[in-house]
Amino acid sequence: MSTAAVALRRPPVHLRHRRRVVNSVMLTLTLLCTIITVSALFLILGYLVWNGSRSLDWNFFTKLPLSPGETGGGMANAIVGSAKMVMLAAVIGVPIGFMAGVYTSEFGGATMGFLVRYTADLLNGVPSIVIGIFAWTLVVVPMKTFSAVAGGVALSLMVIPITMRSTEQFLQQVPLSLREGALALGASKWRTIATVVVPAARAGILTGIILGVARITGETAPLLFTALNNQFWSNGWNQPTASLPVMIYYRALSPYEDFHRQAWAAGLVLLTLVLIANIAARMILSRGAVASRG
Amino acid sequence: MATTAVNSASPGARSLLQRIRAGDEIAWLITLIFAAAIIGVTVLLVMELWIHSDPARSKFGFEFLKRSVWDPVTDEFGAMPFIYGTVVTSMLALLIAVPLGVGAAIFLSELAPPRVSNVFTFLVELLAAVPSVIFGLLAIFALVPLMRSYVQPFLIHTLGWLPLFKGPAYGVGVLTASVVLAIMIFPYIISISREALIQVPREQREAALALGATRWEATWDAVVPFARLGIMGSVFLSLARALGETMAVTMVIGNEPRIHASLLAPGYSIAAVIANEFREATGDTYLSALVELGLVLFVITIILNGMGRLLIVATTKPGTAR
Amino acid sequence: MSTIPGPRTREEAVAPEERRANAVAPKLRALNVDFFYNKFQALHKISLDFPEHQITALIGPSGCGKSTFLRTLNRINDTIRGARMTGEVLLDGENITQADVTDLRRRVGMVFQRPNPFPKSIFDNIAYGVRINGLARRSEIADVVERSLRRAALWDEVKDKLQRSAYALSGGQQQRLCIARALAVDPEVLLLDEPCSALDPIATGKIEELLLSIRDQTTLIIVTHNMQQAARVADLTGFFLLGRLIEFNKTDVIFKTPAKKETEDYITGRFG
Repeated sequence: MSTAAVALRRPPVHLRHRRRVVNSVMLTLTLLCTIITVSALFLILGYLVWNGSRSLDWNFFTKLPLSPGETGGGMANAIVGSAKMVMLAAVIGVPIGFMAGVYTSEFGGATMGFLVRYTADLLNGVPSIVIGIFAWTLVVVPMKTFSAVAGGVALSLMVIPITMRSTEQFLQQVPLSLREGALALGASKWRTIATVVVPAARAGILTGIILGVARITGETAPLLFTALNNQFWSNGWNQPTASLPVMIYYRALSPYEDFHRQAWAAGLVLLTLVLIANIAARMILSRGAVASRG
Repeated sequence: MATTAVNSASPGARSLLQRIRAGDEIAWLITLIFAAAIIGVTVLLVMELWIHSDPARSKFGFEFLKRSVWDPVTDEFGAMPFIYGTVVTSMLALLIAVPLGVGAAIFLSELAPPRVSNVFTFLVELLAAVPSVIFGLLAIFALVPLMRSYVQPFLIHTLGWLPLFKGPAYGVGVLTASVVLAIMIFPYIISISREALIQVPREQREAALALGATRWEATWDAVVPFARLGIMGSVFLSLARALGETMAVTMVIGNEPRIHASLLAPGYSIAAVIANEFREATGDTYLSALVELGLVLFVITIILNGMGRLLIVATTKPGTAR
Repeated sequence: MSTIPGPRTREEAVAPEERRANAVAPKLRALNVDFFYNKFQALHKISLDFPEHQITALIGPSGCGKSTFLRTLNRINDTIRGARMTGEVLLDGENITQADVTDLRRRVGMVFQRPNPFPKSIFDNIAYGVRINGLARRSEIADVVERSLRRAALWDEVKDKLQRSAYALSGGQQQRLCIARALAVDPEVLLLDEPCSALDPIATGKIEELLLSIRDQTTLIIVTHNMQQAARVADLTGFFLLGRLIEFNKTDVIFKTPAKKETEDYITGRFG
């Protein structure tokens, strides 16, 4: 078989033109896609900021909700309620997630580690409304009442896998040399973990916790039939409790103009909290990573 | 990344007694208990869903999934309208979001200068942190009027002869819910696809260019196929997210448990009906029907999430045969 | 075991008529090429001629700029941010910066350091360049693919598995696939950037035989850090150091009687 040069034809001119046109068109289209998707963000933020800031006033933070038609009401109880339940969720969920993350990263064998990781991923993927059903069966049914406890438990179920994943991820990134240095000095394994490994990973772990807390602060579905809602202050932990996201939901669906404005205000507050937490988390992460390299 | 624990003590180097004294066995036990708690909780979740859906499952059996009736008065329930609504809104959301998202990911990974790309990606990832109820809020007051006054009349005017676009312009409905969902899944598609595209070795693109390909041809024929597993992974994950999405959908889907051919008509999703009716559900059958719906949703999202993660892991393993 | 019917040494390969023809204008010519990565100047006033149907090797220690220079010849450096070139490169007398870049790259092909087949079948890999450039009718593409694989001495090894993924091949086979892919569009010049550096000696030997056999159909420019390879394969050799072309001459001359001390130092292994 000869190895002589192949007799190809010259590239047809019309094809070259078409390819050039397709090139320009498609590349422009991708720019368009980027603009469309990013505009969605700007429009959301912009509209929310505009409407929210018009409606936000001092009453919002200090007063209880009033009946429709009466102006001057606020969502003080929702703010406190959200804070209560998020704190409870963190108190329950962060230690569990953290410890489980330490287990899978530092102690776990192949099978157990895989099982825990898989289950945590599973739990993470459960739709929030189903988490709500579960918390309802766990807490509301036995207690025979809607409560802040139920809401806190529901939210904690969401914090656990997030915390576990980030704990595990950042512990794994701590270099072996650091661990071996401590062990060589005679430290036991748990002491090494507690005094060397965890501190080395603290930026990432903290980031995970912040992001987890930010996420549950905005969650509505798990609270709908666990904590329910409340137009008044809730005493203690065993009563239906108002929360920001649930308030937004009901206010937005109501037919009253005044309630709509309150929904905007609450939305702005909620979004601000969530975005600040996210940006802070990223900053901690980038600075923490630099520090640990030094 | 290692998937087994970091073993910093060589096996057998210290006796069991030494380890107990050092506290290591206790530490192992404590952390194990917490880790096992996660498994326990998840198992409990499935059990509770199963138990509390029992009345409905015994009464309707598998027919539950196919029936279209939803009548609390006569205690007759069926999942079909909700499955339909959930699936249609999610699929439509994907149809909108995937081309736009992958297009944006291509732009951000291949064409944009690095600083622009990083800023835009940062903004897009912030979008992922926005709570669902806020999307719902904006959907009600910004999107629905837009749909009612401009988009839907336009669609009726141009494509109204299709059964897909018949009916009055309510503003709310399946189409509107799909649009909101699409906006909510943009960040996942963009950020995961962009990651996958960035990881494609430079030599792939250069090999295509060196054969005389245009920039677009090199991107579309060489880079994107190389990243296709990661991109598909992002699609599966987004689908799982969309299926489970509750608040934004509830607020704009119209809450009607009927199947209509038209996208402009109101509908209902599994998550939305649970959110709306759970509190006031009276009677065992009613409540357990809702729990059973939750179980169905749970199963679907678990499967899709699993597939999505597998695909993403497959792209990051080095030397994977494609 | 060579299965390529073709010349075995450089002397056999270059027939007398071709040697006289080389006295004409070079196929590819570089004139005073400077190259910058942002502020860093990687190449200083490189001028050299590449005659047609000859194999030219570019040698030199790591970081000397030989790969950078090679990549200016098909403007693949254009894709790198902050890269800038001054001076001229002429293909058949035409300045390549003014030519249509996709057309240039079809005429000046490239084989990379590590094999980089597309995630497609063997057949589709070879056919890719032919298809996008519209170089053959659909019915002829299978023939073109076969002929390219034969030129690359790969046909017998893959003819039964053309539809299989290219990644099923060994490293050496993948690199020959990449050469076949580059040859499929019938380039006038073929640039090879350390094509054997990731391969074992046997695969390297096969590729060197291949290069010798296709020399009469195209012009080859090969960057190599392996001096023995340059001595085995190339008609002409250029020695690069710190972004400058120190010496350029027939391979024999460079290796046996180098004119510059730096060349001699490198050849004898005093550095690099």
